[in-house]
Amino acid sequence: MISFELTEEQRMISQTVEAFAREEIRPAARTADESGQIPPELVQKIWELGLVRSVIPEASGGDGGQRSAVTGVVAAEALAYGDQSIAIHALVPRLLAYPVLEMGDQAQRARYLPLFAQPGFCAASAALTEPRWDFDIFSIATTARGSGSGYILNGEKCYVPLARESEFLIVFASCGPAVEGFILPGGCPGLVVGEREKNMGLKALATYGLTLKDCAVPAEARLGGERGINFNRLMSEQKVAAAAMAVGVARSAFEYARDYALQRRAFGAPIATRQAIAFMLAEMAIEIDASRLLAWEAASRLDKGEDALKESYQAKNYTASAVLKICDNAVQILGGHGYIREHPVEMWLRNARGFAMLEGLTTV
Amino acid sequence: MIDFEPDHDLQRRIDAYRIVARQIMRPISREYDENEHARPTKFYELMWAGRAQAGLEVGPDKGARSNRMRTLFTILAAEELSWGDVGLFLQIPNPGLGGAAVMAAGTPQQKERFLKRFSEGNPKWAAMAITEPGCGSDSAAITTTARREGDHWVINGTKIFCTGGKMAAELSEGFVVVWATVDKNAGRAGIKPFVVEHHTPGMSVVRVENKLGIRVSDTAALVFEDCKIPLDNVLGSPEVKPEGGFKDAMATFDATRPIVAAMAIGVGRAALDFVRDFLSERNMEIRYGLSPQRLTAIERDFMEMEVQLKAARLLAWRAAWLLDNGQRNSLEASMAKAKAGLAVTQITQKAVELLGPLGYSRAYLLEKWMRDAKINDIFEGTQQINLLIIARRILGYSSKDLN
Repeated sequence: MISFELTEEQRMISQTVEAFAREEIRPAARTADESGQIPPELVQKIWELGLVRSVIPEASGGDGGQRSAVTGVVAAEALAYGDQSIAIHALVPRLLAYPVLEMGDQAQRARYLPLFAQPGFCAASAALTEPRWDFDIFSIATTARGSGSGYILNGEKCYVPLARESEFLIVFASCGPAVEGFILPGGCPGLVVGEREKNMGLKALATYGLTLKDCAVPAEARLGGERGINFNRLMSEQKVAAAAMAVGVARSAFEYARDYALQRRAFGAPIATRQAIAFMLAEMAIEIDASRLLAWEAASRLDKGEDALKESYQAKNYTASAVLKICDNAVQILGGHGYIREHPVEMWLRNARGFAMLEGLTTV
Repeated sequence: MIDFEPDHDLQRRIDAYRIVARQIMRPISREYDENEHARPTKFYELMWAGRAQAGLEVGPDKGARSNRMRTLFTILAAEELSWGDVGLFLQIPNPGLGGAAVMAAGTPQQKERFLKRFSEGNPKWAAMAITEPGCGSDSAAITTTARREGDHWVINGTKIFCTGGKMAAELSEGFVVVWATVDKNAGRAGIKPFVVEHHTPGMSVVRVENKLGIRVSDTAALVFEDCKIPLDNVLGSPEVKPEGGFKDAMATFDATRPIVAAMAIGVGRAALDFVRDFLSERNMEIRYGLSPQRLTAIERDFMEMEVQLKAARLLAWRAAWLLDNGQRNSLEASMAKAKAGLAVTQITQKAVELLGPLGYSRAYLLEKWMRDAKINDIFEGTQQINLLIIARRILGYSSKDLN
């Protein structure tokens, strides 16, 4: 049955998170970008919104809510509307919590899920991307070789968010023909966390390179045990989450440019009254809505348990280029002012560029 | 709950249209493109005979479909049939834009009186005449007049680009909804829709245009010379109010723009399906999930076309869904129309390019779809008019503030 209506609960989450993003996250974004630090109190406050805890089963101390990709998409958009770096940081624990929740075996669920029901922010992460120009999720060079009853991991990863402070990490590695996930403790021998990475945007988000050198893990570390994981589904969830965040960033840039155009005067009238500007804004509005609907479509398929690799791939690729264009337009509408760091649009443009090339920073 | 998959019943009805598109429309598609002004009479009769079963619009609030799904069903059907041939789709005997104007502006009695004919007798058409030689997008500048004279309205003026005008005015027992001003000084408020019955003395079709595409669809120029029609043929209230008739014209567009978007999408899908099959026959399958660096140029182009089409479709579905759920959709209807019109224009042009020298040949329908697609970015409000509407809405501007 075709419907474009969010549930009551989803609308409520959207409103609550967006209000929080506007009041608490947005004001902290510029300082965080300049300093490279996100205040831990802010991260804790976001944690207390319960965006992770809500779907942890009651048996593990959580709220036992039904996990929904559409709900995840709605929340991710609202959070990223505040700031992309802060939103990703706050949701990084999902990178471990959700795969364990969905595909972990009994023992893994019992061991790891309670971490995310705690009152304090629990850093946990996942290592997917590798430092190669043509990296993609179907060509994971990191390997997991069977050895005795366990595995030996070798390879290099990059863009691993919060790698240094994470208690546990999932490392994705090729294991025979399939890609599997391995849960490693932060200080595991053979796992070396590199320097913090320096990037064009997302400067507030701490990401790291990882080296795995003959890193031995026991059989129990393999996510999902013998059965393994549905890697395509995990990737779909990550892509759709990235798409949702892109929509949030696009919307913040659009609104900022719109408000600026309404108030900035040239030749005796607000620049918004000129078609050259007004049409740019109209096209931005169309692309934001189109992007959101693509994200919703992929998410609703995930919620029905259907394969959504193509849909999430489409949603992510589409929104990644849409958000870039929208942020670029926002800078353009502000003209010289858009280039100055006094306004946030240049930061959004730098951040938005990341969507096209970065994978595995967030999930729904 | 968010869900973008048609349910079983809806899908079953759409599948019926898919068969019509494939088996009835496609085989005659080229023939009626080449013989521009020939009439596919057999097609008319087939579509007319099958209209009730198919759940096509057959009068006020009738038909197999429930009102809650009305517009959505219509646009799904429009996509399927336009996949077959968008020109033929426009020529299906039906109430068309004239009917949409009656639905948007007419009283319950008028709906019954004017639309009843579509459930009986011979194939019929209804058309809408709004554009004039001197005004297109600026429809508030209409110069056609309606003067009250005793128990009649007397209409004078020239209308062009009237889709289905010949069929409605002269070749069936249909009607034309003519937008005319009752008071030039009143501006928009003075513009009203009038129903002019087929073969009314004083109304004549003076020309049927030769076009780039949708050639089978007749695009008529009509002249009204002291054309007398009954008083109660003015749709809605005849009074001149500040928020009067023009609003009704705009309400008509809220319902029809998603349909035009769906038509565009049907053409775009035809082109994409063709290219996909063409590549597949040459062992080129599109691979999803890879990084862009690993894709071929054709894969990248194809994927871009495919997702653009889907984005347009979701926008069109949303605009229709809002209308079916009693919500205002002017903004969303314009978004869908602007997106679909442009996206499909570009998709079909790219598709022709992808096939190299073969794409340009009339041996395939691809070149025709490129020509057909373009109209969707023009009629029912050009790309630019829709951007204006969107911009006014998002900026809170009136048409005076932003024009």
